[in-house]
Amino acid sequence: MTRFIEFTGGDVEAYLHAQEQKDLLRFITCGSVDDGKSTLIGRLLYEAKMLFEDQLTALEADSKKMGTQGGNLDFALLVDGLAAEREQGITIDVAYRAFTTDKRKFIVADTPGHEQYTRNMATGGSTADLAIILMDARKGVLTQTRRHTFICTLLGIRHLVVAVNKMDLMGFDQDVFRKIEEDYRAFAKSIGADDVTVIPVSALMGDNMIDRSLNMPWYHGPTLMAHLETVPVGDDLETKPFRLPVQWVNRPNQNFRGFSGTIVSGKVKPGDAIKVLPSARTSTVERVVTYGGDLEEGIAGQSLTITLKDEIDISRGDVICAANDPVEVSDQFQVEILWMSDEPMLPGRPYLFKSSTKTVPGTLDDLKYKVNVNTMEHVAAKTLTLNEIGVCNLELDTPIAFAPYLENRHLGSFIIIDRFTNNTVGMGLIRFALRRAANIHWQAVDVHKNARAAIAGQKPAVLWFTGLSGAGKSTIANLVEKQLHAAGHMTYLLDGDNVRHGLNRDLGFTDADRVENIRRVGEVSKLMVDAGLLVLVSFISPFKSERLMARELMDEGEFIEIFVDTSLAEAEKRDVKGLYAKARRGEIEHFTGISSPYEKPENPEIRVDTSKLTPEGAADVIVQYLKDAGRLTKA
Amino acid sequence: MDSVAKSFLAEIERFLETAGLEPTTLGKQALGDPSFVFDLRKGRSPSTRTIGKLRVWMQQQNALSKPAASTAPAPLTGETTKVANPAKHDLTHLERLEAESIHIIREVAAECEKPVMLYSIGKDSAVMLHLALKAFYPSKPPFPLMHVDTGWKFQDMYKLRDETVKKGGWDLISYKNPEGVAKNVNPFDHGSALHTQIMKTDGLKQALDKYGFDAAFGGARRDEEKSRAKERIFSFRDSRHRWDPKNQRPELWNLYNARKNKGESIRVFPLSNWTELDIWQYIYRENIEIVPLYFAAERPIVWRDGQMIMVDDDRMRLNPGEKPEMRKVRFRTLGCYPLTGAIDSTATSLLDIVEEMLVATSSERQGRVIDKDAAASMEKKKQEGYF
Repeated sequence: MTRFIEFTGGDVEAYLHAQEQKDLLRFITCGSVDDGKSTLIGRLLYEAKMLFEDQLTALEADSKKMGTQGGNLDFALLVDGLAAEREQGITIDVAYRAFTTDKRKFIVADTPGHEQYTRNMATGGSTADLAIILMDARKGVLTQTRRHTFICTLLGIRHLVVAVNKMDLMGFDQDVFRKIEEDYRAFAKSIGADDVTVIPVSALMGDNMIDRSLNMPWYHGPTLMAHLETVPVGDDLETKPFRLPVQWVNRPNQNFRGFSGTIVSGKVKPGDAIKVLPSARTSTVERVVTYGGDLEEGIAGQSLTITLKDEIDISRGDVICAANDPVEVSDQFQVEILWMSDEPMLPGRPYLFKSSTKTVPGTLDDLKYKVNVNTMEHVAAKTLTLNEIGVCNLELDTPIAFAPYLENRHLGSFIIIDRFTNNTVGMGLIRFALRRAANIHWQAVDVHKNARAAIAGQKPAVLWFTGLSGAGKSTIANLVEKQLHAAGHMTYLLDGDNVRHGLNRDLGFTDADRVENIRRVGEVSKLMVDAGLLVLVSFISPFKSERLMARELMDEGEFIEIFVDTSLAEAEKRDVKGLYAKARRGEIEHFTGISSPYEKPENPEIRVDTSKLTPEGAADVIVQYLKDAGRLTKA
Repeated sequence: MDSVAKSFLAEIERFLETAGLEPTTLGKQALGDPSFVFDLRKGRSPSTRTIGKLRVWMQQQNALSKPAASTAPAPLTGETTKVANPAKHDLTHLERLEAESIHIIREVAAECEKPVMLYSIGKDSAVMLHLALKAFYPSKPPFPLMHVDTGWKFQDMYKLRDETVKKGGWDLISYKNPEGVAKNVNPFDHGSALHTQIMKTDGLKQALDKYGFDAAFGGARRDEEKSRAKERIFSFRDSRHRWDPKNQRPELWNLYNARKNKGESIRVFPLSNWTELDIWQYIYRENIEIVPLYFAAERPIVWRDGQMIMVDDDRMRLNPGEKPEMRKVRFRTLGCYPLTGAIDSTATSLLDIVEEMLVATSSERQGRVIDKDAAASMEKKKQEGYF
């Protein structure tokens, strides 16, 4: 047996120093008691000599009284701390245990495996760097294994370890293990979990737990403990741009005004230029203050206080950032939600959202879909009930400084609080912002888009022409641009020809590529609008959701959707480029109107019925609309 | 650069680091484009197809490298394979624990109306007070200390309490259950259970109600006891100060929900993730003053139920024929002196204590008479309102 806190006497100070230099790995174990999860943790604690004699005596007594191991030590009893759990032989809540080996310190969160405890698993997983997913060698990859893997991936847990347990009951058979490993890797790959280690073990007998199993000479990978001790920990947070969410304004007297918080990424030193979000005010760091004296440099993970050269208004919930690389600010996001309450989630109902150090009211929009955690399928749904996961939009009453979850856990996570019960009813991850808040200047530039546009006597806008292939979009757009140009306006026309041959030449015509195509065109238009231009976009853009996505990128009034309404029969009859004929012959896949759907706009700003209007007439209507909407300010 | 591209880039960077590959090699082998990673770093948005292609490639590489690594048994005792990064200095685990505790203490100060820090004068309390001073420096912590006094603490404890309060400029509320005082409740006549219930558990509830504190910091750690291992850092109590272990709020990331209903109060445990060794290590590193009783000295003791009880003052009732003997002892935990067992020891310095602890064979709560009942004893006490 390996003794872990190997202290054999001698220099205690040197020993303490060595202890202090150790790093810390936080991990969770997922699986149910049937898989031997508590046994596995109990075994780790036992083997790591984390149990004292009196605890062992108590364990022996408990094992005799309630044990399931016929007189042997029942390690599960060590971990299942609540009386109800011991009685029922299940794990209800998350239990945290700390232990140490001579390489590393560990905090393990033991989380329940059943589907009704998904929220408890997420609780444990939210702070973990690694997850051990247990499975029973007799059963192989089960629904719950897939669920656990999915949730770990969702939470962004970097390292997954699959412990194939109870190998003793399968005669330590290599083929059994290889088959399970293969099945699992295939599944993990399909959901994008790429850092996976699979280890055959017997937690009960200790095989491949700490010491190499003599029963499985065919296995040459690391033992579980060897893997836990060597997997790289920590993150690259320190190398990312500086962010300090303000927790508490530190004001002992008139002469000192500091901002206390925990640095969530990057470093800070006196003289650094900073920007405070959402206000976008800037200043310079004066001091990095701690109880033990000022620091030359503060790094990610430290809780400290900074002071600034200028007196600017900063309060709890603001985020102090590197001036040249600040966080984003928004009040609308696409988010992933895990619901944790018995009362279902209600779209439109006001909840409180706490992200970092800020709590703001807001609402969740209709669900885009929920995820069947057992099959990973996306399912249409109106609400989420306990333990369900879904994707929707979040609208906050006030904009917040944030970062997508995958970039920074601290700035991209939030909890949902019920305003009436005050309970934590859900957790969420920010995927991305839908649009930046209209009243926020994330870059407080002096020359902004209105200034640029004013020179050309216009307010920037996107004229988004949508319609079937051959409907006449480009013809009309071309005429509109000519008129605007003649009147001295700054314009640009984006169409399939100039975009698909360059920017988007790597994209095909599948649904996924069409979405990406429109997303890029939307982003490019946004930049051009920011440059003050009147942008004419002529794309089939068949899907409502993508047109909406483009619309949401722009500010109010900037997105003008123009539906060039030509019937399929008419477009096919014209067939200027001969494409319909080809599509009908099956030579073009995914052709809108023939083998791929076109979703008509319901409320376009302008609808051009080409059976009633000539292209010239349509162009006049559109230019008149711009004048009426105040987009053309030049006389 | 959009979020998809950003997270994909992060994925690639991680892969490069673990695989020890050059970015040019990756780009060339996977996509035939040596500058791919550099372009991505500059902000290029890859297509979904390119992302998919590269992911598959990286997975293949991972799958290939795993068996290769496993042809030789992994060293069980070799050096850790930490990726060297000279520009990076990771926080040690003690620094991480410290930062986490400070974060917790500040969250309470920012979100609760009237917090208080419970001070039991033990080593964990000493660490907690020290962390509170650090959390708000140069301001003073925006809450008072409260000592729920049973009247039977060691004299050395009262002494250190008063010194600490003076030195740190703390406001201290010392509260003794007046009912218990009036009835002269003590461990000898009433037994350990009733004494603890009246003077400690009831006393605490009365004090919190009397002053209207909505949050109370305690120095409990998860490694002390099984039911504590399951308790949240922010632990809610109903209006009768009861803990409902089956109905705890989820606690995610470091986002603590401090909102409470009328009548509810919160117990906050900033030292939840510390172990006994961490505490000693921190006391040593930060040079924190602790009660001298933790160090071995010749002390007058008597034997009671197999425990060495110190005769700390003349209120200690001796049984007929019982005579205090002088013995070199110390205490691993401190409470009411008639209820706290000493251990034989020669440890006279912090380093001695740590050394003794490292070779110890029993857990620290062994010296506590009150935990000795049934296995679920602490859980039951907590449900009834014990801290």
